[in-house]
Amino acid sequence: MNKHSPTPVNPNANKVTTGTENAGMQNWSLGRVLLHKPLALICGGFLLLVILGAIFAPLVAPYPPNALDLQNALSGPTAHHLLGSDELGRDVLSRLLYGGRRVFPGVLEGVLTALILAVPIGILAGYFGGILDRLVGAITDALLSIPTIILVLVVIAIFPKNSHAAMITFGTLVSPGLIRIIRGETLPLKDADFVSAARVTGVSDLQIMIRHILPGVIRIVIVQGSFIAASALGYMVALGYLGLIASSGEAEWGQMVASAGALLNRQPWLLVPSGGLIGLIVLAFTLFGNALRDASAETIAATPGPVSRGSSPLERTAQPQGFSPGPSNKLLSLINLSVAFSSRSRDILAVDNISFDVNPSEIVGLVGESGAGKSITSLAILRLLPNAARIVNGQIMFDGRNITGMNDSEFDRLRGSSFGLVSQEPGTSLDPAFTVGSQLGELVHLHDGVNRKGSRSRCLDLLNQVRIRKPEQLLTMYPHEISGGMAQRVAIAMALAGRPKLLIADEPTSALDVTVQKEILALLRQLQLETKMSVLIVTHNFGAVADLCDRVIVLYAGQIFEEANVFELFDRPLNPYTKGLLLANPSNAQPGQPLPIIPGRIPSIGSWPTNCRFAERCPYAADECLAGPIPLLALESERKSRCIRVDDLRKEGIL
Amino acid sequence: MSEGERLLEVRGLAVYYHGRRRGSVIKALDCIDLSLESGTAIGVVGESGSGKSTLAKAILGLAPIHSGSIKLAGKDITSLKQRSRRELSRILQVVFQDPSSSLNPYITVGTTIEEPLRVHGINNREELNQRIAKALDQVGLSPDVVNRYPGQFSGGQKQRIAIARALIINPQLIICDEVVSALDLSIQAQILNLLADLQKSFQLSYLFISHDIAVVRYISNQILVLYQGRVMESGTAAVVIKNPCHPYTRELIASSPITNPRAQRKQRDERQWERPSGGTSFTEEFNENGCPFAPRCQFAIDICTIERPPLKFTDDGGFTACHRYPEWQALQK
Repeated sequence: MNKHSPTPVNPNANKVTTGTENAGMQNWSLGRVLLHKPLALICGGFLLLVILGAIFAPLVAPYPPNALDLQNALSGPTAHHLLGSDELGRDVLSRLLYGGRRVFPGVLEGVLTALILAVPIGILAGYFGGILDRLVGAITDALLSIPTIILVLVVIAIFPKNSHAAMITFGTLVSPGLIRIIRGETLPLKDADFVSAARVTGVSDLQIMIRHILPGVIRIVIVQGSFIAASALGYMVALGYLGLIASSGEAEWGQMVASAGALLNRQPWLLVPSGGLIGLIVLAFTLFGNALRDASAETIAATPGPVSRGSSPLERTAQPQGFSPGPSNKLLSLINLSVAFSSRSRDILAVDNISFDVNPSEIVGLVGESGAGKSITSLAILRLLPNAARIVNGQIMFDGRNITGMNDSEFDRLRGSSFGLVSQEPGTSLDPAFTVGSQLGELVHLHDGVNRKGSRSRCLDLLNQVRIRKPEQLLTMYPHEISGGMAQRVAIAMALAGRPKLLIADEPTSALDVTVQKEILALLRQLQLETKMSVLIVTHNFGAVADLCDRVIVLYAGQIFEEANVFELFDRPLNPYTKGLLLANPSNAQPGQPLPIIPGRIPSIGSWPTNCRFAERCPYAADECLAGPIPLLALESERKSRCIRVDDLRKEGIL
Repeated sequence: MSEGERLLEVRGLAVYYHGRRRGSVIKALDCIDLSLESGTAIGVVGESGSGKSTLAKAILGLAPIHSGSIKLAGKDITSLKQRSRRELSRILQVVFQDPSSSLNPYITVGTTIEEPLRVHGINNREELNQRIAKALDQVGLSPDVVNRYPGQFSGGQKQRIAIARALIINPQLIICDEVVSALDLSIQAQILNLLADLQKSFQLSYLFISHDIAVVRYISNQILVLYQGRVMESGTAAVVIKNPCHPYTRELIASSPITNPRAQRKQRDERQWERPSGGTSFTEEFNENGCPFAPRCQFAIDICTIERPPLKFTDDGGFTACHRYPEWQALQK
């Protein structure tokens, strides 16, 4: 083996670095949320301002709350009284600021009471379940049936003018709702593998709840807390308005609203500052909670992948000629197809200039690791790309027609009758609410326009075609009543309903047991023989490829790396990546001998290098591999390989 | 513990769950025996529903044990309380299938990895950092990952982190529950090599659960084939896979496609006459007293459906639970 000395390639097989990766906002912090959500920033800032104003009222208020200025009574906004004055000439702004000192402690009491009760009880009930859970459930049900306002009024009647008692009662009565939410959040967490791992390690239940469960529920607690705060504010104001926690004439928001209401005929303005402020605060609490909730949902969904912004801009690599749309006896041709995900700042390529054909009656395998772009390619053919992704270049020809240029209604007509799709999860392709018969019948009706009787006989034909033994019985069953293998057969029958010319199977066996996988592969093969349709099978499983395919296309980092007849590909791969993948398969290895591995990992979308995308992991990479984009070379017997060293490596006996 | 001693010994283990119908019982595991010598690996294979993950859970104290016993390093751990589990975790650790769910997304990698040490009262920051760095080095990660969150890593890297957490306490036995099945082929090979290296360096034992017989053949010395909660066959991995003594084992092996189109097509053509495809039936019901595989077995005769087959010694030194061993092997030719 020839060593290329000046190879600036990371040879360290086991070391994995993560320096380039930026998976977005994984650590959820208030600061980051505020930065990403302008609305949250505005609401949070406003609330902070109001609360600070209340705390520092003696410093910032222009007048004491009860300073009279009878000359300027009911003045409306003036230079002396920015927000006007009331019937005794007291400054409204100052009174609002001082009034906050009454309201916010009450709100805090209410919220804290709810949280102190709900967080531990909700976590304990969810975590331990059993009798405790049922007991908590019964108590929360009972509490929820008590009308909050009435009980609060009763408590106020017992403890006159005592806002503490009122708000603690309020907090207690709203806690059951929060307990239920927290319990619901705890349930999936307590069964998560990381909790099992902690338990195996001997971490005590209390520690598990504090260290593992609490961080998981804290987000929902903050969000719900802000909703409760909005509601608590409403209660405080209402109690003040009714004169139950403050004497008439006190600088208290409810009282201010009440007196403004009484003077509505003489000075309508008076209601604007107090009523407006209360409304704005309630709105701010609610919007703030919503923004936090959205942000935490985004955090959980954030994964490394298309959302991460990488370093390489959208670019075109040099493409060898010879892929022009020729006279077509091909069923499907992809011509220089590129698909990109749009992000805020730019487009990120996921599929880069891919060209290949599928001939009539041919089974073609599209193989690659995750991140290679194989699923995106198949989805692009069917116009099922996710919202953020779109075809940025190239054409898809089907049966001699350019389907990239078609409008949606034209394409819809073509889709059902020309393409069939079988997806990975058999469960998700069936609607749990309807019987197999009604779902299949709907498709048959759509394609054939036949009546009920005709539809039923066609359904039975289809189920017979996918070798289901008692098709009549199956028609009346619901998806949850059938096994995964059976569901995949039904999914295939549904794909066949329109008599497609091309069946696209996206990882059709990955979720199935090997014995079932074998049957599904055999079924696909038999169906192909019977119907003469073409099949494009997207998979990472080389066993399935070896079993089923005529021709194989190997994808890596959005590009075609190798294309060959299936026998030739396995006998003699002509690309170091393909070769490495085949060797890394444990079924070819000797126990006790280390597996010949490919070091490192596939570069993520958006951080593809301009040079050979595999060079970093390739043991044979040389200077020329790092000099620039690598073309897809056409080799003998219609093979293609994206390796400029392919001739050298063959001479050296490596490939 | 010296090599060759029994590290793990499971006798007559049964795990029952309540069925959906009142009073019905699901026998997730029924009368399982296995023993594992120190420094070796046993592979547990089977399809979904075979009970292989339940076996792991039972050993880890996460499943309700109906009867039987589990001994680890000479100590009976069948029904240990949580508090006593803590001591046990010095010996026994686990790595799960889905690296995304086995790491708490809300806490940093460093906090995750050091947890087993903290449980055992090691709180000295310097020592913790030292041991974290060592564990990360052993799994091929750089020490600067400690302050990041799991979401920032790829599947293979997360699996390395999970292995580092299991390793840090220097356990003797690691239960690996489908640890490579969620990973890409090239990453799977890296993790398998890592596990093999660690085994050599630290005399580790593995209970290696997988549906992929090729992976089990590569990593395990012994193999245990489960179906519907029962042992179908056990023995030396290489021997069992080369010469299965139970029709179910043969079915499993023959169903895994060979990654060579010529060999695979030859295998499937040879077997085409055996079982008309399309055999997925609605439910796999079998007589409690018979062999669970009988409804699917082409060699089944009357006795298979009414009498539970005992474990017989095989010529290769393993066990098989088949009434028709060894004559079925002659019939298949």
